[in-house]
Amino acid sequence: MSIRESTNDVSNLDLDTPDKTYLDSNELIINMGPQHPATHGVLRVILKLDGERVLGTECVIGYLHRGVEKIAENRTYTMFNPYVDRMDYVAAVSNGLGYCEAVEKLLNVEAPARAQYIRVILTELNRIASHQLWLGTHALDIGAMTPLFYTFRDREEILKIFERYCGARLTTHAFRIGGCQYETYAGFEKDVNNFLTFFAPKIDEYETLLTTNRIWLERTKNVGVISGEDAIALGVTGPVLRASGVKWDLRKAQPYAAYSKFDFEIPIGENGDTYDRYLVRMAEMRQSMRIIEQAVNSIPEGPIMGKVPKVIKPPVGEIYHSIEAPKGELGYFIVSDGSTQPYRLRVRPPSLVNLQALDIMVRGLLVADVVAVIGTIDIVLGEVDR
Amino acid sequence: MPEDVKSPAPPPPPEGEPKPTAEKPAAAAPAAPAKPAAPAKPAGPVPVPWTSPLVEKYRSQYGSGLEAQTYLGQNYLTVDRALIPDILRLLRDEEQFDYCVDVTAVHYPKREKQFDVVWILYSFPRNERMRVKTQIADGASIPSCVSIWATANWLEREVYDMFGIKFDGHPDLKRILLPDGWKGHPLRKDYGILQQDQEWVQINLGIESGQ
Repeated sequence: MSIRESTNDVSNLDLDTPDKTYLDSNELIINMGPQHPATHGVLRVILKLDGERVLGTECVIGYLHRGVEKIAENRTYTMFNPYVDRMDYVAAVSNGLGYCEAVEKLLNVEAPARAQYIRVILTELNRIASHQLWLGTHALDIGAMTPLFYTFRDREEILKIFERYCGARLTTHAFRIGGCQYETYAGFEKDVNNFLTFFAPKIDEYETLLTTNRIWLERTKNVGVISGEDAIALGVTGPVLRASGVKWDLRKAQPYAAYSKFDFEIPIGENGDTYDRYLVRMAEMRQSMRIIEQAVNSIPEGPIMGKVPKVIKPPVGEIYHSIEAPKGELGYFIVSDGSTQPYRLRVRPPSLVNLQALDIMVRGLLVADVVAVIGTIDIVLGEVDR
Repeated sequence: MPEDVKSPAPPPPPEGEPKPTAEKPAAAAPAAPAKPAAPAKPAGPVPVPWTSPLVEKYRSQYGSGLEAQTYLGQNYLTVDRALIPDILRLLRDEEQFDYCVDVTAVHYPKREKQFDVVWILYSFPRNERMRVKTQIADGASIPSCVSIWATANWLEREVYDMFGIKFDGHPDLKRILLPDGWKGHPLRKDYGILQQDQEWVQINLGIESGQ
């Protein structure tokens, strides 16, 4: 069999005995990363190859480990709040929401309705921003350069809203335990509504570039397939799980904040391949816009801060609370010993758990597809390593 | 067309507000020690027994080896270490807890059995969450649940890395976040950050640490 014939056919490839393949070659171990533009940070993947074919992978992580969980044990609950923004730094608002809600649960208090609405609006804006960054970089990895410029241009508008709201663009520290620190600024609703009208045609624009693009289809269809059963066994969550046909979203399954009040759908895929994950995330951006639209036009009046003591001292106990972050289930397991500092704070990072599925997704593919699959899992190494 | 999104006069981010907050911690800190004494805070919610068909079933099967409680609406089982592999497998096979959300641990250095190992489980068909906890002594190992949930692989490696708890039967138990040659397990309560810092600074920079 010639090399040309064999490129897309894995049926003749005996993965267990690589010496019997078409090149009759030995296995080759190569190192991808940690300083590699397509690994979205400092991820090192050791690839075991037979020619161009991937026989297995091993991820080496921890290059960005800062000991966030240990830091938490040495800070008060309030002081730790900004640190969570530095885990998944492209979705800092989501991290803050999960942390604040977890501590509120531990304190047995609830944020007021107005704060909940503000939280939903900002979190969904952040989900769009996170998906935009994913789309731009993922498309760039595969070779499409234009989407990067489009998505970064449009993401800027979201970051401007964040900046006007709380003064920061990326690591926003937008929420406080018990509610929000800042009231919405004059013109907040108008800015958000303007963004929605501005952004609706932009998604279509992204889609005209990619959805039926022949190169895009070739590079993403049937690449990195993971079945629903495998995804559940590997604990994969978020768009990756939904693209495999599992209709599960924490915003619907166990609603938090004000999500139960809004009408939206959970987009799912069928094949669990890279293309379906692309479609799911595109549809999710549209659903996020629906949520924002409903929320921003019905923000209730009232206080934005709940009855939370100045010194946060939760009673002895432990709690697990999780939210649907843009990348999957982001959970906080907090053990309180009744003092002002968490006794133990565990972060359940979606990126880390999803990255574990990389191996099963890339086996039998080509080296170039590894880049596509790393992109499609949508990891942020700040969160993987914490 | 980014221009049409700009509001005509973008109001600056609230400037007056950060200032009082900057002062707040300073003002709150001295007041803090006095506060808890004055109002005599209620102890807060306490765990209550958790009753459900699931608990009844396992209690009749395993007797006193497990305790079921609910705290703030979250259910958890505290299980003897010896029962762990059985219980976890049954929870997946019979009770449809098909998704292992997280495996983690907590260190209590003053206790005889120093570690709590915690499994956070979720069931897609039941839309239900629960936790399983067990206590183990320092140096003791615990059966790995990678054969039950594949996702436990990296999670158990992280517990090993951070606490030094060994998982029997794990396919590849080694450090995951820290370098292979790292000394100690940082999330243990007796792990001194400052000593680590001094040692590192002296070896690598040849000066006294300013910490």
